[in-house]
Amino acid sequence: MTPRRFIAPSAVLWLLLGAAYFLIPLIATLIFSLRSNQTGTCCTLENYGTIIHDPQFLKTIKTSFILSLETIFLTLVLLVPTVYWVHLKLPRLRSVIGFMALVPFVIPPIILVVGLLDVYKGTPTWFYAEPYGFLVAAYVILAFPYMYFSLDTGFRSIDVHTLTEASQSLGAHWTTTLVRVILPNIKSAALAGSFLTLAIVMGEFTIASLAVFDTFPIYIQYINQNKAYPAASVTLLAFAITWAAMVALLAAGRGRAPAAQGAR
Amino acid sequence: METGRTRRRLPLAYLGVLPFFLYATAFLFWPAAKVMFGAFQDDAGGLTLDHVQKLFDEPYRTAFKNSIEVSLVTAGLGAVFGLLLAYAAIREGTPRFVRAGLTTFSGVAANFAGIPLAAAFIATLGTIGVVTQFMTEQLGFNPYDHGFSVFSKTGIEIVYLYFQIPLMILVIAPAIDGLRREWREAASSLGASSWQFWRHVGIPIMTPSILSAFVLLFGNSFSAYATAYGLTGGSVGLVPITIGFYLSGNVLDDPHLGQALAFGMLVVLALMMLLYIPLQRRASRWSR
Repeated sequence: MTPRRFIAPSAVLWLLLGAAYFLIPLIATLIFSLRSNQTGTCCTLENYGTIIHDPQFLKTIKTSFILSLETIFLTLVLLVPTVYWVHLKLPRLRSVIGFMALVPFVIPPIILVVGLLDVYKGTPTWFYAEPYGFLVAAYVILAFPYMYFSLDTGFRSIDVHTLTEASQSLGAHWTTTLVRVILPNIKSAALAGSFLTLAIVMGEFTIASLAVFDTFPIYIQYINQNKAYPAASVTLLAFAITWAAMVALLAAGRGRAPAAQGAR
Repeated sequence: METGRTRRRLPLAYLGVLPFFLYATAFLFWPAAKVMFGAFQDDAGGLTLDHVQKLFDEPYRTAFKNSIEVSLVTAGLGAVFGLLLAYAAIREGTPRFVRAGLTTFSGVAANFAGIPLAAAFIATLGTIGVVTQFMTEQLGFNPYDHGFSVFSKTGIEIVYLYFQIPLMILVIAPAIDGLRREWREAASSLGASSWQFWRHVGIPIMTPSILSAFVLLFGNSFSAYATAYGLTGGSVGLVPITIGFYLSGNVLDDPHLGQALAFGMLVVLALMMLLYIPLQRRASRWSR
């Protein structure tokens, strides 16, 4: 077994097969999206025009984007102080929260939505009937494991105690410590978690659909059911959004590429 | 005074994590508990096993059978192909950019699930899909004339692999990295062939990692809803699809049956987690 200088033939074979499986659907979707909606022949950009000029497209993508920002904000506000506090004062709780972060995998969106609809059925409409209430509340739970594991890794790589003591000995209030000392040090972990959350929320279909809210994935499904060729063009747009979020995540987290499961 | 303060410090410190625990209770544990208790309640609020027992009758029995079958097939194939691809990208001799490219792409593909993924495969392998047309026109072979359909259980399995294989690549790559070069060199200097190295060193060390990844993939497929819904519109009976029907329409008249179905899923996923945690612990033994 001498060290190999060139790529192994079997590796080439597997990588080519993999590339075929993963690229053919994308190329096919691109070709499909360029077909005319009337005649089915190539090539026209009219399907992209149909989507971009559809007011529902802009409206739903805006809704989903605002939902993402709100979810990211709420998840950070909830988790950054908690993870900080646990690392500083309650290290024994780390394994408890780590275990809790596995619970959303046992209670996936399809189960969570059954319980959430049941529990919050009678609540005021400003919460129950608004995506910015009910859906965000649920999405924070979906984002929690990814944000937690990302933040936990970030906090483990810094010396929380020394930073806190240094800050306090200079007379900083604990909010100042958190915002101006701790936060800049875990920025890349928080950013990585945020981009993952963005990808999850922009693609989440299960809860939005079953709780009857109008988000971007619901719009894609509507197009998917009614207009074959424009569906391909909106699919490529969705793929581009996921791609952008992941590239941003890699840039923020430098090499760590966790996998989300929110969109399934 | 001092001792009094130290004695009070413990509960006070716990106050700091209270908001998080309250939130998790309100939006995760309480709804989950409601599902579990609801599965065992009758209309008057009394205890009953009727709903859970119905899970063993048709059509729910078939829904569970389908879901478990799809999950086993896609977790098995996803694990095998993901492992082979990850190894091909990481092993010696493969240019480094291949690995970087594969990891980035896997990050995207593992997250590119749901409705858009279903639409992409309809555009590819649907009745008027690009590949279907290519095969019909250029090769004279229309797969739809030979029993194939992307809107079937097989179709769902083909589509699920699009996020299962990348997930496997992401979770197994660190384990492949953990196979130290020295072990290979030690084996080869003792006269072991490549096959013997894998048979007696490589595979045994990686077994816990591979098994835990398999369990993770199983759960990932088992709880998927959007992709199957986008692809088949619900014509293939999986458990999540059946729950979706219950929530969105009037297919089932018994409100507790949806909870019972969700409870059934929860039991399967909890068993999965019971396997996953110890396997994960075993797997991390060799990690650096």
